[in-house]
Amino acid sequence: MSTATTTRDLSAIEHGQMLLDARQVTMRFGGLVAVNKVDLQVHSGEIVGLIGPNGAGKTTFFNCLTGMYRPTSGEVVFAGKLLPPRPAKVARAGVARTFQNIRLFQNMTTLENVLVGMYCRTHANALDAVFRTPRHHREEADCRARAMELLGFVGLADHVDDLARSLPYGHQRRLEIARALATEPKLLLLDEPTAGMNPQETKEAEELIFRIRDLGLAVLVIEHDMRFIFSLCDRVTCLVRGEVLVTGTGAQVQADERVVEAYIGAPFEPEAPAGTQTREDDHGTDA
Amino acid sequence: MFFQQLINGLSLGALYGLIAVGYTVVYGIVKLINFAHGEIFMSGAFGALTVYLLMGSPAHVSTLFGLCVMLPLMMIGGIIAAVGIALLMERLAYRPLRDAPRLAPLISAIGVSISLQEIFRLFYGRIPGFPDAHAAIRFPDVAGISGVSVRIGGVDVQMSAIFTLAALAVCTAFLWFFINRTRSGRAMIATSQDPATASLMGIDVDRVIMIAFALGAALAAVAGVAHGLRYSNIDFRMGFTAGLKAFTAAVLGGIGNINGAVVGGLVLGVVEAMATTYIPGQFGGSAWKDVWAFVILILVLVFRPQGLLGSKVVDRA
Repeated sequence: MSTATTTRDLSAIEHGQMLLDARQVTMRFGGLVAVNKVDLQVHSGEIVGLIGPNGAGKTTFFNCLTGMYRPTSGEVVFAGKLLPPRPAKVARAGVARTFQNIRLFQNMTTLENVLVGMYCRTHANALDAVFRTPRHHREEADCRARAMELLGFVGLADHVDDLARSLPYGHQRRLEIARALATEPKLLLLDEPTAGMNPQETKEAEELIFRIRDLGLAVLVIEHDMRFIFSLCDRVTCLVRGEVLVTGTGAQVQADERVVEAYIGAPFEPEAPAGTQTREDDHGTDA
Repeated sequence: MFFQQLINGLSLGALYGLIAVGYTVVYGIVKLINFAHGEIFMSGAFGALTVYLLMGSPAHVSTLFGLCVMLPLMMIGGIIAAVGIALLMERLAYRPLRDAPRLAPLISAIGVSISLQEIFRLFYGRIPGFPDAHAAIRFPDVAGISGVSVRIGGVDVQMSAIFTLAALAVCTAFLWFFINRTRSGRAMIATSQDPATASLMGIDVDRVIMIAFALGAALAAVAGVAHGLRYSNIDFRMGFTAGLKAFTAAVLGGIGNINGAVVGGLVLGVVEAMATTYIPGQFGGSAWKDVWAFVILILVLVFRPQGLLGSKVVDRA
């Protein structure tokens, strides 16, 4: 993947050590190569953006990172250790994610959703919970306190006992982030955190992600809102048809004409959304 | 007469309810109707009988010994047998088919059901000192329960009926506590709502599924012992009808809903008992009780397909 520019070294000095190192990750579905030999690094304390037109393989790549898919080839190293393709183990290793289409536990309350997130950091096993009641109670109390703290952090302190499905859309997104934070991740993967949000909500989401970074977490975020991406991210990787087109700072990626081309094809209407028509254009420009 | 039948119906219903919980818990997590669950119930009864035989078939024991030593040991034996077989079944027959089309595990379940019946029929009697299992086997009397009844308000209540109702109450309370107050219970609810997301929270979905099978099996084993005490005999086919009735109870209450399974079981039991007594002429009597039970099922499915306690809202709305 020689298309990647060399700014990575600069960021590595600026930020902490390498946290996530995806090496040549490939995901094939039959004849379709959804993700093709993708290399991507995230360092601790860094916000990295992942952009690309629809169908570029961004979400598939997330699924490969979190063990929801087993990559056809390639490997994912996290904090120096190989990540097994098992979601539960990935969560325990310290990677959490949110979904493009919100996937909360709809019939649980806000608080319960966050408590489920804490599952992998608590220890009482099936029998323990029944037999060692005092310790179980203490752990439960600690969890609740921590969950309340997290809900306060994302601004949902007033909705603790609301059912997840009754929350307004923007709140559901925040709750999903709170639930992800409850697993105590070192790296947070956000899949289109501002999809469907109005400008005000988008701004709040942006602030929330900065505050998450300030907690010491690294963030890898998929987004279509370019203003959002370029104001938020230290580095941006652009994925087109499963391959890394370019990696660099926001300014570098923004200036790269291949990126513009991938999104809108011929430069005739700069405001065109990255929709289905883009895919048709892809074939013309890239082949 | 009415109260007599009510008690009969409730105790029969408690039996159905205990088994129905197993269908509903497993369905809630893996969306599989485990048609071999009736055989888990049967294994529980045979497990209890096995403990009795291993104790040297003690006869003429005191009530104290019967209630405090024999019964608990038999129940533990039944639970160990049922849970062991259920976990083995999950590992060998269902887990390899986890991602297969829905029909595949269903057929596998029917296969497991027939296999378990045949294994008990053919091999139980081969163990030295064990009775032949081709026909019904006499279930041991437990002093203090078998053949004893108490008179409450002019109604004779069998101790076995009281035992069954008490067992249902204790098991339901335990289950409620487990699901609503423990970490594993919370993991179970999460998994039933969205397994993929649950696994991203660090929940080992395989383990949650094993816990669901084990819980269902433990309750079925208790029901197996209760059945033995109630009818004084057990046989390798006992799981078929009981399983079908319990499945009906689970659907009646709303499959996937634990309270629904208990309520469905009790309703079904009472309907059967009442139909036996109060439907006159040709269609009354015990010969027709199964018909009325399934008529209720059909009526519920037509007019309230989500079951008595099922909610209209689907999980993923």
